[in-house]
Amino acid sequence: MTAEEWTAVRLSLLVATTATLASLPLGIATAWVLARGKFWGKSLLDTLVHLPLILPPVVTGYLLLLSFGRRGPIGAFLADEFGIVFSFRWTGAALACAVMGFPLMVRAIRLSIEAVDRRLESAAGTLGASPLWVFATVTLPLCLPGIIAGAILGFAKSMGEFGATITFVSNIPGETQTLPSLIYTLTQVPGGDAAAMRLTLVSIAISMLALLGSELLARRIGARRQTA
Amino acid sequence: MSLEVDVEHVRGSFRLQAHFTAVPGLTALFGRSGSGKTSIVDIVGGLIRPQRGKVVVDGQVLVDTACSLFVPTHRRRIGYVFQDSRLFPHLSVRHNLLYGRWFVRGNGGAAAKLDHVVDLLGIGHLLDRQPDSLSGGEKQRVAIGRALLARPRVVLMDEPLASLDEARRAEILPYIERLRDEAGVPILYVSHSVAEVARLATTVVIMADGKVTAVGPVLETLPLVDASDGGSVLDAMVSRHDTAFELSVLTTVAGELQVPRLNVPQGAPVRAYVRARDVMLSLRPPEEISALNVLPGRVAAVTPVAGAQADVRLDCNGALLVARLTAKSVERLALAPGRPVYAVIKSVSFERT
Repeated sequence: MTAEEWTAVRLSLLVATTATLASLPLGIATAWVLARGKFWGKSLLDTLVHLPLILPPVVTGYLLLLSFGRRGPIGAFLADEFGIVFSFRWTGAALACAVMGFPLMVRAIRLSIEAVDRRLESAAGTLGASPLWVFATVTLPLCLPGIIAGAILGFAKSMGEFGATITFVSNIPGETQTLPSLIYTLTQVPGGDAAAMRLTLVSIAISMLALLGSELLARRIGARRQTA
Repeated sequence: MSLEVDVEHVRGSFRLQAHFTAVPGLTALFGRSGSGKTSIVDIVGGLIRPQRGKVVVDGQVLVDTACSLFVPTHRRRIGYVFQDSRLFPHLSVRHNLLYGRWFVRGNGGAAAKLDHVVDLLGIGHLLDRQPDSLSGGEKQRVAIGRALLARPRVVLMDEPLASLDEARRAEILPYIERLRDEAGVPILYVSHSVAEVARLATTVVIMADGKVTAVGPVLETLPLVDASDGGSVLDAMVSRHDTAFELSVLTTVAGELQVPRLNVPQGAPVRAYVRARDVMLSLRPPEEISALNVLPGRVAAVTPVAGAQADVRLDCNGALLVARLTAKSVERLALAPGRPVYAVIKSVSFERT
């Protein structure tokens, strides 16, 4: 593999990992609110979370560009106040991936929170645990398999994200050219077929490893709960 | 340590209106399902917020709607043993037991040490197991231990034995007795089994349709229960064992009772629960009959009950005994207050609950 290809693989891994880890806390919080909350506008929030799943990725990318771009209201504020710039940077690619993977992540986590036996939570309350401690010591460990599944889904989605990323942060080698973007570029030039094929295989390998990893992790958690 | 409950709560068409005070020991809430027993326990535990009323445990006010006071569950220092043990599946038995420890601040309550509780409940060999691998009886014992180790000011038990079979029940009852006698924490115990209440309770609160119909010491209150297995309780002491016939002889104020052999030492205090329908009455001292127990007494009251039957309450040297007879027998023997009679009870009718 060429240096350019390695760069794209490394960048993709960095972008996907960052997107997954950064969005996980918010994903858990959102899933919890959707699973347990009773408030006005809940279905609105639900729709909002699911929006990136149903919108064309290009539309999501364009909306990100409008709001988080250098001149967009949020982008300008973040750049001026904190020096955080998203547009045409790898951080922007991570943001696009996080947004696109968010609905999948929230869905998996939400289902696992809904499956937690609430009677166990009230039992923890009678033993002196405040609601926050109940969440940390009972709810969270019990829905850990769901959280892992959600994170893996988010990661996989990030590894494959193309439309929103290329619309928001373009296709700059070394900065925003992720694996799918490079494959796309290679298919557009004559003689790029062999390289595209190599990267496709790499892509498959990474996805399979991620799935295998999550499977092993889930099994280890399951084993810990079984008869010791 | 005392417990005072005075609450009102309406949910749908069900109206709960209860007021009682319990002395130290085990207070049994007794009644049919749907009579509001569990609601009372949930109110004391903070799982239900009553619409009106007051709950005081050991001088501390937990709920007082008059001044909008409601202490949340996790600050109440209660130990709640649920019907389904509700052990945490992701924690080992040891960590389930120690769970409440993390949150106890300061002192007070029962000085509960892990070793002591483990000994009391006989669960030492289970510590490193996962809850999934335990039997129903073992789970319930761990659940009781977990509640105790949270250093509770009051222990709530909602039919802790209901999901268990006879053998498992018999396995746990002694532990609850020890808990009542040794731990020094008041226990509020929900049950619909007369035998269980007869054996465990210090105070009985009888409930029906959301209301308290009777409150008092078990010996006086339990005979008021209107149930097919209703009866009376005699405080007794094991005076000797008859090994040849596998019998134990109990001394009570009403006289000697011979019952199937008990697995307790001589001199041990026990309670004999005599079901009203197991008691036969005779006007003369019966001769040449198989029944081993004949207790002389006087009729105190005759209360008709449904189905052309009557509960005849006897005063046997100060102890209360209830016999359930047909209305026909009552008339035939002309049973009326003051009449001397002999109560006949077969030894085999006694069960070790």
